[in-house]
Amino acid sequence: MRIAILGCGKLGSRLAAKLSEAGHQIVVMDRNPEALKQLGSNFKGETLAGAVFIEANIERVFQEKVDIFIAATDKDNVNIMFAQWIRNRFKVPRVIPRVYDPIVARSYRDVGLETVCPTDMAFEAIQSMIKE
Amino acid sequence: MYAIIVGAGKVGYYLTKLLLSQGHEVMLIENDRAKFASLANELGDSVLLGDGSTMETLKEAGANRADVIVAVTGHDEDNLVACQLAKMLFIRPRTIARVNNPVNEDVFSGLGIDVTVSATKLLNAIIQEQVKAEDMVIPLLSLRGGDVEIMEIEISSSSPVANKMIKDLPLPKGSLFVSILRGDEVLVPRGDMEIHEDDQVIVLVKKVHAAVLRQILIGQKTKNHQV
Repeated sequence: MRIAILGCGKLGSRLAAKLSEAGHQIVVMDRNPEALKQLGSNFKGETLAGAVFIEANIERVFQEKVDIFIAATDKDNVNIMFAQWIRNRFKVPRVIPRVYDPIVARSYRDVGLETVCPTDMAFEAIQSMIKE
Repeated sequence: MYAIIVGAGKVGYYLTKLLLSQGHEVMLIENDRAKFASLANELGDSVLLGDGSTMETLKEAGANRADVIVAVTGHDEDNLVACQLAKMLFIRPRTIARVNNPVNEDVFSGLGIDVTVSATKLLNAIIQEQVKAEDMVIPLLSLRGGDVEIMEIEISSSSPVANKMIKDLPLPKGSLFVSILRGDEVLVPRGDMEIHEDDQVIVLVKKVHAAVLRQILIGQKTKNHQV
């Protein structure tokens, strides 16, 4: 599959590396070129540094069909905005934004974004730990 | 009317003051603690500290009974989420979002925002000379449905309405003076108020009457204006 990832922080870079290893075609985008260095020299996917929303850049990435778009910047609202934009404009079938706010995550899940909420996950995990 | 305004930058702040002066109920939401503190001195109960793009803050601001939510922060994504959440969770308010980056207008359209206002688009229109420089008529926004426009018009010395009182103007049916910007002041229009040269008047007008209104406020001018 061809997977585009926005945000090359701890989550984005790790997903990129792992998914690329597993054989998927990966494109990683981050407005800060320094962040892309986390991918290491062995990374076999494409990268895009700089403002994502510049027409030429975004066209280049999504020209070829993208199966999954993952929004993993550190800002909920940026992830939500890009997930919707990319889905609507480029008809990407699956968009996965990371959203820390549980209520916001749940609200957008109801409208078709496959939100992932680290706060909810941590909540479940810690609860289980305490139950033991 | 009860309006919630998200983002206490210049636009949010002046909009709040204007609405309050017109007797409306307003809640201005600002996330920055320092900014909030200084605003609280002036605006008291009309300002709330919080993130307008979260349910908790919108609920605290009484979004369920708001007529309109205006998101005018400097970050498009925050404006988008504030409006979308309000629509999803509180249903009732109409949503108005400011778009700073013109690229994002594309994003906002079709995402459930009732009105999108793009300052950059306006300036671009001026630069592109879609607005004739000597007329200085700036379409501020088209309301949903396209039936009504809000225009900003600069009154020149040769305007037929300079030094006339608002109540004496033959305005087309359904037009309304929203405000007059005179220097640093934002004036609430009254019938007995005179319009001065260099005033920037903001007028609500039905699209069908827009051309007539331009005539009334600008008159026949054909002089060339070098930009």
